[in-house]
Amino acid sequence: MFYREAGQFKTTYIADQELFPVKQDRWGLFILIGFSFIVIPLIANDYWLQAILIPFLIFSLAALGLNLLTGYAGQLSLGTGGFMAVGAYSCYKLITTFPETNVILLILLSGFVSAGVGLIFGIPSLRIKGFYLAVATLAAQFFFEWLFGRVGWFYNYNDSGAIEVPVRKVFDIAVTGPIATTEARYMVVLGIVTVLALIAVNIVRGRIGRAWMAIRDMDIAAELIGIRPLYTKLIAFGISSYYAGVAGALYVFTYLGAAEVEVFDINISFEILFMIIIGGLGSISGAFFGSAFIVLIPILITNLPLILGIPINAATVEHFNFMIVGALIVLFLIFEPHGLAKIWSIMREKLRVWPFPY
Amino acid sequence: MDWNNFFESKKGVAMKNKYFLTLIASVITLLWLTQGVMAAKGIYIPLFTYKTGPFAGSGIPSGNGMADYLTMLNERDGGIGGVPLIIEECETGYNTKKGVECYEKVKGKNPAIINPWSTGITLQLIPKTPVDKIPVLTMGYGLSAAAVGSVFPWVFNYPSTYWNQASAIIKYIGYQEGGMSNLKGKKIGFIFLESGYGREPIPLFEELSKELGYEFFTIPVAFKESQNQSSHWLKVRKEKPDYMIMWGWGVMNPTAIKEATRIKFNMDKFVGVWWAGSEDDARPAGKAAKGYKAATFHGIGQNFPAVQDILKYVFDKGKSQVKDRSRVGETLYMRGVFNSVLIAESIRTAQEKYGKRAINGEEMRWGLENINLTSARMAEIGLPGYTNPIKGSCDDHANNGPIFIQQWNGSSWERVSGWINSMDRVRPMLEKAAADYKAKNNIPNRTIPCS
Repeated sequence: MFYREAGQFKTTYIADQELFPVKQDRWGLFILIGFSFIVIPLIANDYWLQAILIPFLIFSLAALGLNLLTGYAGQLSLGTGGFMAVGAYSCYKLITTFPETNVILLILLSGFVSAGVGLIFGIPSLRIKGFYLAVATLAAQFFFEWLFGRVGWFYNYNDSGAIEVPVRKVFDIAVTGPIATTEARYMVVLGIVTVLALIAVNIVRGRIGRAWMAIRDMDIAAELIGIRPLYTKLIAFGISSYYAGVAGALYVFTYLGAAEVEVFDINISFEILFMIIIGGLGSISGAFFGSAFIVLIPILITNLPLILGIPINAATVEHFNFMIVGALIVLFLIFEPHGLAKIWSIMREKLRVWPFPY
Repeated sequence: MDWNNFFESKKGVAMKNKYFLTLIASVITLLWLTQGVMAAKGIYIPLFTYKTGPFAGSGIPSGNGMADYLTMLNERDGGIGGVPLIIEECETGYNTKKGVECYEKVKGKNPAIINPWSTGITLQLIPKTPVDKIPVLTMGYGLSAAAVGSVFPWVFNYPSTYWNQASAIIKYIGYQEGGMSNLKGKKIGFIFLESGYGREPIPLFEELSKELGYEFFTIPVAFKESQNQSSHWLKVRKEKPDYMIMWGWGVMNPTAIKEATRIKFNMDKFVGVWWAGSEDDARPAGKAAKGYKAATFHGIGQNFPAVQDILKYVFDKGKSQVKDRSRVGETLYMRGVFNSVLIAESIRTAQEKYGKRAINGEEMRWGLENINLTSARMAEIGLPGYTNPIKGSCDDHANNGPIFIQQWNGSSWERVSGWINSMDRVRPMLEKAAADYKAKNNIPNRTIPCS
């Protein structure tokens, strides 16, 4: 009834090739973006912005990056944490070396360092596939954890071995460091995530995205129709690492405020892999759904007894948390292996014919 | 379950969608309501704990000790100065991300103090606290340089810093060798958990090695290798050090002690940091670990009147999370108590100035800076001879505290040394590190008055 595209005729090719051809999708997205940019900063409190929305957006970006590589190009990677660390540490080096430069620009630039590193670690993907490739990318994870922990140059020889985020201003508004308001940091994260997500939507429906999917579905056939595997796979690694790098830089500079290399350990790589599996492999919205699931459900479970007034130990809740989230992941994989994005698309199909199902 | 059928069951699609939407809406509303609960009157003290995760073995006793002492004050005296304490635990699992989330959660409830119980979380909170005006107490952990109150007015690391402790351990080794000059040509190994915490004292050890002429080498143990240290101790065997010093935590400690016994290392010459000196660390190796030493700064056991009160008012009433009565009073439990004693005494100090009411973060900061825990005061609160007196000052937020060495006799810890003061040269190094931090992070000069 509300969600019906009947009567929406396309009279030009341009109109037909729009990013969101269905009017309701388009308006829904505009409303969502408008809501996130205007209404949320006005009504949300610090806890919501800092503890829930900022990590949700940052992990969405990282999951988006991994989804491009794993979901679209079919290259399994466990190196996301390592690539995020590269982004974070290169951003730290850039910010401390060029204190006058716009910090948003530097965050975006640090993604390129990570992309370069991703290209190098993507080279084995030409020869090895599947789980074996996952093991090869695991090397990236361990190597960078080791590198940033041992080589003092990367953390400017701080006694604590941690990178600390200095205050940087953009148009006289502090966006990083302790004096930056959560609203300012949220806006920076939201802006970067929105732009990069739109770019990702464009990439995957264009030539590059189609080449990735061809490689994913059958690499020999793809090669026969003229897709160069090395070039395609490497570009997937590069772009994916770019997203991971920017997410890593945002993670430290807008969320944590200071970080040791331990925050980028192997667990973060697994967490992001779970996000795309639960959210839906090969789907942009899946990255956001998966991130929401992994980031928000534990917070909800932790806070639930407090809200309902149930007296229970914080530690016991945490144990429940592990069990419930684990069970939910298993249930999801059994009942909907295509992830939350598939559920969303089923709901959408249902809504289109509602209230007259056939 | 097939989602197609789920949405098309007899009741109709509309109903199901409505349920689904209601569910989502209620979830969001619930999350929104999270804030604004807890309106009870009192001094709100959030306790960050890690009773889950890889370090739970250390986190459970210390967290329990911390909570039990404060609960005892509530039960026995009705709080402090007649103001009840609102104790709330927030589980971090020793994970920095969860720690930041905990901080954001408690921030809005006007906490008097934050106890991060993790060096990693501390590093993240240090820049935030002056802005939010909440003092941070990192009792014997965290950033050593934070002892310099003029640069870090909001951070306190009573009773001592890692650097003070490291220098005291070197001093102890010097005594064992019959004088500091005998350290020349000796070889000291340092095995540490590869993290901010473990790396902390290395600059000091290296500086001292230049001066005292001992040879120094490090063996980092990555967290994931905590339980598999055979290769690390093979290196120890190859290097043949005269002494080993350990900065370990969690499951790394018992593993290291066991490995040391396996290579027949002289346990007399193996000294752990005060976080590697609990019963749980040495017990797994049992009799073989006899002789192992660890630094510490407080007494243990159930003989203190205050601990008796904990047993009477908290444990026996079933208000403690400790399961086994005999575990009340163990090393890490008493360290948790120590943390709470500092909190309670600072609140008292602040109440003397600001009146007997619920105090806020700024007043608590003053209380921490002006704490004066004398021997007489310790006897008064039921902890005679518990620790070396602590006197706060504007400039020194670590009290430059001395430590002593305890030794494992196969079944319990015994005190084997007197109080060992840290070296005088540590303070200038701390000041230099603080100045360095200040310059790198553009920290403004302290504006908070000193009194």
